[in-house]
Amino acid sequence: MTDWKFTARQLVRNPLSLLGIIIIVIFVFIAIFAPLIAPTPESHQQRPYMIPRDGYRAQPEPPSEDHIFGTTQGQYDIFYGVIWGTRSAFRVGLVVIGIVVVIGILLGSLAGYFGGIVDEIIMRITDVFLAFPALILAMAIVAALGPSLNTVIIALTVVSWPSYARLIRGDILQVREEDYIEASRGLGASSARVILRHALPNAIYPTLIMASLDIGAVVLSAAALSFLGLGAPEGYADWGQLTSFARNWIVGPPGDPLKYWYAVTIPGLFILFFVLGWNLLGDAFRDIFDPRLARR
Amino acid sequence: MKDLIRIRDLSVRFYTYEGVVHAIDDLDLDIRQGETLGIVGETGSGKSMTALAILRLVPYPGKIESGSIVFCDRDSGGEVELLKLREDRMRAIRGNKISMVFQEPGAALNPVYTIGDQISEVFLLHRRQELGRRARERVDNLLNDGNGFGAGLKRPFWHWQSRIYDKIAEEPHALEPRLLSHIPLFRRLLWRLKDEASLLTVDMLKDVEIPDAARVAAEYPHELSGGMKQRAVIAMALACSPELLIADEPTTSLDVTIQAQMLELFRRIKADKGASVLFVTHNLGVASEVCDRVAVMYAGRLCEVCTVEELFLHPLHPYTRALLDAVPMPGKELQTIPGALADALNPPPGCRFHPRCPSATPLCQQERPKLKAVAKDHMVACYLF
Repeated sequence: MTDWKFTARQLVRNPLSLLGIIIIVIFVFIAIFAPLIAPTPESHQQRPYMIPRDGYRAQPEPPSEDHIFGTTQGQYDIFYGVIWGTRSAFRVGLVVIGIVVVIGILLGSLAGYFGGIVDEIIMRITDVFLAFPALILAMAIVAALGPSLNTVIIALTVVSWPSYARLIRGDILQVREEDYIEASRGLGASSARVILRHALPNAIYPTLIMASLDIGAVVLSAAALSFLGLGAPEGYADWGQLTSFARNWIVGPPGDPLKYWYAVTIPGLFILFFVLGWNLLGDAFRDIFDPRLARR
Repeated sequence: MKDLIRIRDLSVRFYTYEGVVHAIDDLDLDIRQGETLGIVGETGSGKSMTALAILRLVPYPGKIESGSIVFCDRDSGGEVELLKLREDRMRAIRGNKISMVFQEPGAALNPVYTIGDQISEVFLLHRRQELGRRARERVDNLLNDGNGFGAGLKRPFWHWQSRIYDKIAEEPHALEPRLLSHIPLFRRLLWRLKDEASLLTVDMLKDVEIPDAARVAAEYPHELSGGMKQRAVIAMALACSPELLIADEPTTSLDVTIQAQMLELFRRIKADKGASVLFVTHNLGVASEVCDRVAVMYAGRLCEVCTVEELFLHPLHPYTRALLDAVPMPGKELQTIPGALADALNPPPGCRFHPRCPSATPLCQQERPKLKAVAKDHMVACYLF
């Protein structure tokens, strides 16, 4: 119980981590209550993730009573798009990081604990993946499998697991040499037990911190893919998609360069705050997990 | 006295980039039942490696090259060749029949678990049957006179528990409990095993004279002093009443008063449980306190094996004598052994001690002296005898 108190105090004491928590909590609420905040119109009930559109005109329309954030190219409602896009962002971020952490732990701990030929094989495979520029490889994978949100998830998983495998391997290598690992082997524990019960709990914290920092980064990469037209299908509620629609409208006509500011700024701000929130939270986790901080 | 461990021609080599290191070279050593055998020697003489080789835990890139280690089980009377045993059989011996106490008690405890959790683990690994039996007795008691609130509802669950613990008590690796214990959440249905293990743990901690054992069991290693941690580590090693306890410099990192307490504890344990102890140390004073017999090692080989009285009264091997002269005494100038420990990569031919030996002969440079008995319970590897 004191540990929980300590964690809670650490989180709240630092104003920046508190800000991070507030931002993420707000986003969680938006995601959960999306149907209440931005109700799906009757005609759309079957496909709530598709942004309803109000006509087919190319030019974005400024905020009005019907569309409080305005509409973007093709008359897609920006408000509906950013609210439901929060769900897409969480889905991409959490699913990718979840899979990546599991793969990383599995391969990294095998490589680190057993060393030798196992280590050599696993690490050379990660080297192959790390040799490609991450975003380009992700683009190639999305292009090959056909654009959709799930393909984006697969692509980002493929490009991000190697760094996790590396990180865990390094930490396991360090922990492996500790006496208590040898002691538990001396007590007759099997390799699986030693890894799961003794090595991982001592080696996993850097990975958890990196994971929480990376959730934002993954969403940013997904937005970049969508911006390049390699993301969710057209009209799907996704922040990257909305910025992609606004590509031609970043600068307005001569004499009024800020005419369509809402088209790119609003989805951009959502991405910015989401990534910022996770980064601040990651820093807060770092403080909490740091065993050198006094727990009194 | 009968032998517990018979080591014959044991060779351990390390294959490093610079070359092959002969960490242990053709070692013959017996550990008898109920005795405390000390292994003394300088740093790097192979004494810790001998201990690890018995448990087959020689670290990479080391390898047990050849030889045999026979373990004569006192309970069953059978003899097993440890070096040819399958890995899972070996695991069943480690911590159960042969267990080890490490040098640095702080480092030998996992910082993320409580003392109690770590000692319980030994019971859960090796004493599942007994835990199952105890848990079943407890559930049966509940079934017989449990009439408290909600007993009627819990009764079917108790029946189920009684059945499952009975299975564990009969066959610890039966399918049903094994499946259960591997599935998260369902695993918790077997919580009574853990409860029984923590009860045994507290008994064990009391046994090594830890005051307020229940509280200590709930504490993390960093909350305990060095002496307490060493007691906890000893409790962990003794949890399954091993026949051989290997203690690898268990007192080196403790201060002197605590050292004395630990030695007293080791003596008592041996008397209580009748276990053999292999006591690895570089401290001759400590060896004289606890050991019955002493084996002196130099550069991976045995120099002299004798009773502890013989060692101090009639040391034969020049190295042993030099070692005894190097014990600091008040009013006497400290003697050192000239030269440095033999280079493990390119050991000198013949007797490995000859470059530093005051009475070396040309024969010593050519041929390796064999270990031979010169008196009852006194063996020495030197051409002088």
